[in-house]
Amino acid sequence: MVTLRDIRDGHAPLSSDNAFVVETMPPASSRVASVAAPIYLLLFPIPVVLFVAAVVTDVAYSASAFLMWLHFSQWLIAAGLAFGALAAIALLVVVFASGANRVGTYGWSHLVLFYAALIIEVFNAFIHTADGWTAVVPIGVLLSIVGAICALAAVGTLFFMPIAWVSARGAPA
Amino acid sequence: MGVRTGGAGMKRHIALVVCLSLAACGTGQNIEKSTQYGPTPDIPEPSRTLLPQMKVADVVGWSGGDKPTVPQGFRIDAIATGLSSPRNIYALPNGDLLVIESKKDAPEPLERPKRPVMAWIEKKAHGGSGGERPSNRVLLLRHADSGGKPDTPTVLIDHLNSPFGVVLVGDTLYVADTDAILRFPFKVGQTSVDGPGEKVIDLPAGPINHHWTKSLTANADGSKLYVGVGSNSNAMERGIEAETNRAAIWEVDPASGAFKVFARGLRNPNGLTFYPGSSTLWAVVNERDELGPNLVPDYLTSVKPGAFYGWPYSYWGQHVDPRVRPQRSDLVKSAIAPDYGLSSHVAPLGLAFYTGNSFPSQFHGGAFVGEHGSWNRPEPNGYKLVFIRFENGRPVGDPMDFVTGFVEDGKAHGRPVGVAVDRTGALIVADDVGNTVWRVTAETKS
Repeated sequence: MVTLRDIRDGHAPLSSDNAFVVETMPPASSRVASVAAPIYLLLFPIPVVLFVAAVVTDVAYSASAFLMWLHFSQWLIAAGLAFGALAAIALLVVVFASGANRVGTYGWSHLVLFYAALIIEVFNAFIHTADGWTAVVPIGVLLSIVGAICALAAVGTLFFMPIAWVSARGAPA
Repeated sequence: MGVRTGGAGMKRHIALVVCLSLAACGTGQNIEKSTQYGPTPDIPEPSRTLLPQMKVADVVGWSGGDKPTVPQGFRIDAIATGLSSPRNIYALPNGDLLVIESKKDAPEPLERPKRPVMAWIEKKAHGGSGGERPSNRVLLLRHADSGGKPDTPTVLIDHLNSPFGVVLVGDTLYVADTDAILRFPFKVGQTSVDGPGEKVIDLPAGPINHHWTKSLTANADGSKLYVGVGSNSNAMERGIEAETNRAAIWEVDPASGAFKVFARGLRNPNGLTFYPGSSTLWAVVNERDELGPNLVPDYLTSVKPGAFYGWPYSYWGQHVDPRVRPQRSDLVKSAIAPDYGLSSHVAPLGLAFYTGNSFPSQFHGGAFVGEHGSWNRPEPNGYKLVFIRFENGRPVGDPMDFVTGFVEDGKAHGRPVGVAVDRTGALIVADDVGNTVWRVTAETKS
């Protein structure tokens, strides 16, 4: 009886006789990817939504000078970064586990845009610590817009390649 | 609402964008702090770095016989040690001293992600001073002159609510808690007070209570009290509603409990004192942070009745703070500049005019200012007691370092706060982080 461990450790050949084992039980790295991928897909929308919301509250503050909107922006950006950091780690795990050669152009675009959004929002969080108007106008709201565009563009890449590269079974075309 | 940005403002914004795009860009405020002493300090343009520039000295306390440094011809001794955050000193006419131990107990509400960070900085700067020992009380310190050994204080009034200012008027001792002025019957020489205090008037306090020290003094005939009520924010970032009758000096009628705002626009006024023999009220004021290491200069000023000193809309007269919206050009127009700059972020919290005779004549009538020290500056400023000479009731010349050595090699032994001159003409300094009361005496009279 050939076991999966035998095949993995090279004690048994990978032949058509036992191919079904391989089909149903992917290699360890793919299994990690198959766990990390759904976690990533769960986390990734949260910072996107929060960063877009921060644009709305920044614009509201710019138009009203009402400090409640500034407080909203600060919490939205901070929370976006907290979930964004978790998502960023999950994404790294997916990339390493599934192998760089499976990521593909759209996959890399997705990663770069999402990470760019996070880096911009880190700066934005610091800009938003100012005590009043200069926390938002003009740099804060500008960075909020650029950060949200990057995050939405990262979402956009999924239209061209529905995150296939992060799933364990599907291979990029 | 007036939220449009004018041309000058836009120019500054563009400069800010350029500045942020260059990773390592200076503050544009590279001026000597000495250019900010006196009546016409240099006021540079606001500058901003991604994070506020800050440096807070680690608190190590005083060990062994360590002492602050005083000029030649003077000596300094600890007259009370092991206290719990002594913030203020009041000298009674018989030579007794009142030591006001005080801490802010309640945390400020969590409005922004920035708040916990600021709370951590404030905690670090105070080094958990006094630990869990009881504080928030008035101690009586009777100097026994026991060969330079510290005296043992007794508790005069306990269970106060973050007290700071005290003033004796006749046989009445007024104590300014953070939320009220209290009145206690007290005859000089007594070592205890009878019964709880009676409330004279409520003062603005919680739930935010950012600047919480209420400085207190009385006019010559004791008919009016003057109390400093600091702002609830750095630059109105908690909204105008939180600042009702704050950043102001109140004039209180102790008989009726009525008050009126005596002067406003003073961000955090402390050390309220009438110039000896005059009806001119003086104060030291903590100006705003996060506009750069050399902005805005803290100051010493005579307080003109009814005057507006700018906060939050402008600083040092009519320099508009770009952070505050809506802007109030009508109020800025009426803002007056204070009398004397002490340089930026020194945090003056204590003021005493020298009314004794034991110090050399140049000190007579001059001002001692306790500078608690900076956080919003890469090079610490303050952390010392300075002296400013007065002529004809006005400050002249640069401040002179008088008691120094509170910070050594970036470590804080202590931080000076309240100042007083006792009956013998010695200078008494409260050190809230070093938990010590210091006494400075002249060795020889010149």
